[in-house]
Amino acid sequence: MVLKKRAKQVRVIPGYRLTFGITVAMLSLLVLIPLASVLVYSFKISPSEFWSLITAKNVLSAFGTSIVCSAIAAFINAVFGLILAWVLVKYDFPGKRILDGLIELPFALPTAVAGITLSKMYSDTGFPGSYLSSIGIDVSYTHLGIVLALVFIGIPFTVRAVQPVLEKIDGQYEEAAHMLGSSRRRTFWKVIFPELFPALLTGFGLALARGIGEYGSVIYISGNSAKNGTQVVSYVIMQKLERTKYDEAAAIALVLLIISFVLLFAINIIQIRHAKRVSLR
Amino acid sequence: MEIHDKKEIKARKRTKYILIGISVIFIVFLLVLPIISIIINSLKQGFEFYFSALSTDYVISSLGVTLFATVISVIVNTAFGVVAAWLLTKFTFRGKHVLSTLIDVPFSISPVIAGLAFIMTFGRLGWANGIIESINNALGTDIQIVFAIPGVVLATIFVTFPFVSREIVPVLNSVGRDEEEAAAIMGAGGFTIFRKVTFPHIKWALLYGVILCTARALGEFGAVSALSKTRGKTFTLPLEIDALYMAGSADSITAAFAVSSLLVLIAVVVLILRNILEFRTKSRNSTRKDK
Repeated sequence: MVLKKRAKQVRVIPGYRLTFGITVAMLSLLVLIPLASVLVYSFKISPSEFWSLITAKNVLSAFGTSIVCSAIAAFINAVFGLILAWVLVKYDFPGKRILDGLIELPFALPTAVAGITLSKMYSDTGFPGSYLSSIGIDVSYTHLGIVLALVFIGIPFTVRAVQPVLEKIDGQYEEAAHMLGSSRRRTFWKVIFPELFPALLTGFGLALARGIGEYGSVIYISGNSAKNGTQVVSYVIMQKLERTKYDEAAAIALVLLIISFVLLFAINIIQIRHAKRVSLR
Repeated sequence: MEIHDKKEIKARKRTKYILIGISVIFIVFLLVLPIISIIINSLKQGFEFYFSALSTDYVISSLGVTLFATVISVIVNTAFGVVAAWLLTKFTFRGKHVLSTLIDVPFSISPVIAGLAFIMTFGRLGWANGIIESINNALGTDIQIVFAIPGVVLATIFVTFPFVSREIVPVLNSVGRDEEEAAAIMGAGGFTIFRKVTFPHIKWALLYGVILCTARALGEFGAVSALSKTRGKTFTLPLEIDALYMAGSADSITAAFAVSSLLVLIAVVVLILRNILEFRTKSRNSTRKDK
């Protein structure tokens, strides 16, 4: 054990300093320093002013809309993500590979394109929007529309988080549970689901983090009405930027950044804990 | 017992078909219908209109800006991705986990914040604005970052930053360090090891990372939108689509979908390539196991 540790410290493979230097330098210049500027900028604002900026009615309402809609969408994604991952791992059927490939579409399709299309489809002149509005369900320019766009954006996160874990689960546990007389439903909830839960939670967290900051896919379908509370946080930041109210933009962005970092941190903890639990076996 | 089993099999089959049915309906409504909708909307006014919508000066200019920003982002992020993946998989050091989390930051923050970050760095009131101005004064140049092409490029690099490294790291982690260590002990230099030992393992993951990075760079909207205000000069394709769609007339909306169809085509190609690459690696892994 001691020997192993020492061997690692010697670093047989060359290039540690070089790659460390390049990685840290590029990361700092292109990502961290620009982000730190937002922090520096918002320190210029006095605390009381900062508080009044972020507790303005439309700002609070935008945070509420973004967080609630993202949470609902992430929950829907967790449910369908689990079903889709299950179907893709456990069953064989024609067209499975196409279905599997399509999951990644929201990653590859530009958000603005997704945004205008969903908005058009679910407006009262599109399909299936016209049918939905004739039975009294309006999707475009409502919170429902925001949730729909966020479900679209978030679905790959949950499917791809659960799929590899489900592939690795040993069929033996299922079989053993079945032999011992457990019903299939019971086997799923007591044996398989606890194994999948950390992965599902990770997927939920990633979809939530993505949803809270989402811009392109949401702004067309949401209608951005302050009166109906359909403005999302990213839209409000953009609006402040366009009116060159940089202080307000920085303050709101800082809060959004903090939320993102907290989520990212939580996801990492879940993953590390899960990795430890698995390796202990 | 036999009856019980038959029942069991029947129940299993029923669950299977219900779950497959739910999945297919969900994917068709959520993902396939939008694609069809884009194609139908883009051809609403005939092929002639479609091609004329694609060849306006604005569209051609935005295509140029988009390609320029994409090429630079892909080069920068590929170089970074390979170096960072080497660092994160071949060495053990303090703070490694923090570093890999920080690299993934652009993934989970709002693209609008990325745009904002560059405005607050290089904008009129940003702290780096003085540096840029003094460079301009000293050299007699007129470099502008915010609301100009460099800003668009920086924003595109930012949002696609982790793409390449993220694809390579898991592959290198599963391969381990033994081969590189052996090569190093036998006296091979760093670049030789990379070229002869590491690169063959990662070439497909690298290719896929580059493809994903390209697709995302071509389609970035939020970050670029904050930093680009001049249509026909600094607009990228997604910004042009936004401008056309927001103009609101039936013609311009159809034109917006026509331009979108180009990006849909790219997205579909990316998906197909991804599947081919994944199939390759999977079948290679399974033949390896057979040996």
